[in-house]
Amino acid sequence: MAQDDNSGAELAAADSSHAAHASDASPGTALIVQDAFENPGFPAHRPRVTDENPQREKRAQRTVYTLFYLSILGSLWAVAAYMLFPMESNNPGDVRLNNLFIGLGAALALLALGIGIVHWGKSVMEDVELVDERHPIGGSPETQAAAVKVFTDSDRESGFTRRSVIRNSLIGAIVVFPLPALVLFRGLAPQDQLPVPLLSHTMWRKGTRLALDPSGAPIKASDVTIGSAFHVIPEGLNDLEHGKLDEKAKAAVLLMRLEPSELNELPERKDWSYDGIVAYSKICTHVGCPVALYEQHTHHLLCPCHQSQFDVANHCEVIFGPAKRPLPQLPIAIDDEGYLIAQSDFTEPVGPSFWERH
Amino acid sequence: MNRQKRRTGRRHPLATVALLAIGLVFTGGAYAALSAGTTAQAEADSTSQQTIEEGKKLFQANCATCHGLSAEGTDTGPSLVGVGAAAVDFQVGTGRMPMQMQGPQAQEKPVQFTDEQVKQLAYYVASLGPGPDIPDDHLVNGGGDAANGAELFRINCAMCHNVAGAGGALTEGKFAPPLTDVSGVHIYEAMVTGPQNMPVFNDLNISPEDKRDIITYLKYVQDNRSPGGFELGSLGPVAEGLFIWIFGLGAIVAITVWITAKSN
Repeated sequence: MAQDDNSGAELAAADSSHAAHASDASPGTALIVQDAFENPGFPAHRPRVTDENPQREKRAQRTVYTLFYLSILGSLWAVAAYMLFPMESNNPGDVRLNNLFIGLGAALALLALGIGIVHWGKSVMEDVELVDERHPIGGSPETQAAAVKVFTDSDRESGFTRRSVIRNSLIGAIVVFPLPALVLFRGLAPQDQLPVPLLSHTMWRKGTRLALDPSGAPIKASDVTIGSAFHVIPEGLNDLEHGKLDEKAKAAVLLMRLEPSELNELPERKDWSYDGIVAYSKICTHVGCPVALYEQHTHHLLCPCHQSQFDVANHCEVIFGPAKRPLPQLPIAIDDEGYLIAQSDFTEPVGPSFWERH
Repeated sequence: MNRQKRRTGRRHPLATVALLAIGLVFTGGAYAALSAGTTAQAEADSTSQQTIEEGKKLFQANCATCHGLSAEGTDTGPSLVGVGAAAVDFQVGTGRMPMQMQGPQAQEKPVQFTDEQVKQLAYYVASLGPGPDIPDDHLVNGGGDAANGAELFRINCAMCHNVAGAGGALTEGKFAPPLTDVSGVHIYEAMVTGPQNMPVFNDLNISPEDKRDIITYLKYVQDNRSPGGFELGSLGPVAEGLFIWIFGLGAIVAITVWITAKSN
């Protein structure tokens, strides 16, 4: 009962206050704030030390011109440093000294200039506060009406809305215009070869010997001891006259030997390895970084760019990271002399996805 | 005359002392030379039975818990038959063995044995089965072709150890250690034996001369400062980005605050 009484009293009080302010508030307003925030205006002008103390003003002036003289000194020093620390010998240490001292001079010149100008403006120039009133963004009603009239007049005169066939054909022409530029991108690909087969095939052929990077010496199966990792290029890559790097970028292979018992091979790839020696493309299937961080005991291959991990013991399947496909395996065998050879090219495109492969 | 003759015939009072001193120096010197010769011989002689016996005692006292009494291996440590003297000299000589605790990989720590004891252990293990030997000095003193070494390093090593040899992370807590203060012998031994998870680079993959060139390149990087100024650990964009975001942007923010603050 007591509670009811209370709430009744409050309602009555609210009612009376509402009635009292009915004249200056809209009928929907429930609460009238009495202590509205008042515009405090601008703070009082505070004079600077340099305005009150002539000695401080003198000192500020001295600081400013000293900074400008320092700037001159820095510029001159940069010129002197160019002559005092030349890059004439083959010692790379000279480059460091040359760059360091020229840079220090130039930095001093610009910084002293900038700091001097700002200090001048802040403490020596006259300190007057100005108010710039904002003008409204929208134009006057007459200007707006005139603008609208221009639009409606021109629409009426040209018939842009009325003559819809003309309008639509114009829009079509504008949309189609950039198409030639898109088609011209085709010219960036080699002209006499289709890009898709180019991306799908590498230099590896049936019988190509596996050779050491960079010397190009062929590798015997007996050279590859357990735990070894060989960085491999196809034999004959070094003899190419054109496109050597392009071919290397696709054909680079990492050759590893594991204990044959640790190797878990797919049934259809049983004859792709030789006595525990496996060869995998070194190009990551994510965005094409060279994957070569091989750990010989865990058989993990780590890509340094985005931390994709491949398990060499399990046909290089992805065990971590953003790569979606296992690294392509190069089927290998040995020839009559004991050298490692490729059985064929990779059976799938190496490296990252492209339009026709995803 | 008489007096003069007597004077010439007479020995100096200190002559005996001098003679004695000369004699002592000779015998002492000869003994020292001889004994030094024998110890040098004992150290260099990898097949000396005495060295191997000493090594065996050290092995059984310090390594047998994990590697087995005759290095045949147990559940906690691999067999050391056939790993060669180079593997022991690397693992024990850099303090990685005896291992502090099982973990992703053996950590470097202060070396636990004297150089002689390390050699004795190495030759004992080498006597168990053939394996790579400790390399000759001319292969590890850095007298090769640094440019060739740099190319080989970039192809075979830089992906894990960083192009400037600053080291880098591998999977699951393992890492490739920095090569900035590793001796030439240990670099060579690591290449031929493949410690921890490092692959083996045998002499048919990278010839001994090429290994010497790689060591020469690493010594060159150690001895010559980077021409680009502050290396920031040679870690590339991570360290450089952190530096420029914190100090570069910090400086810009500070200057902006100063420009807009009212002069007092």
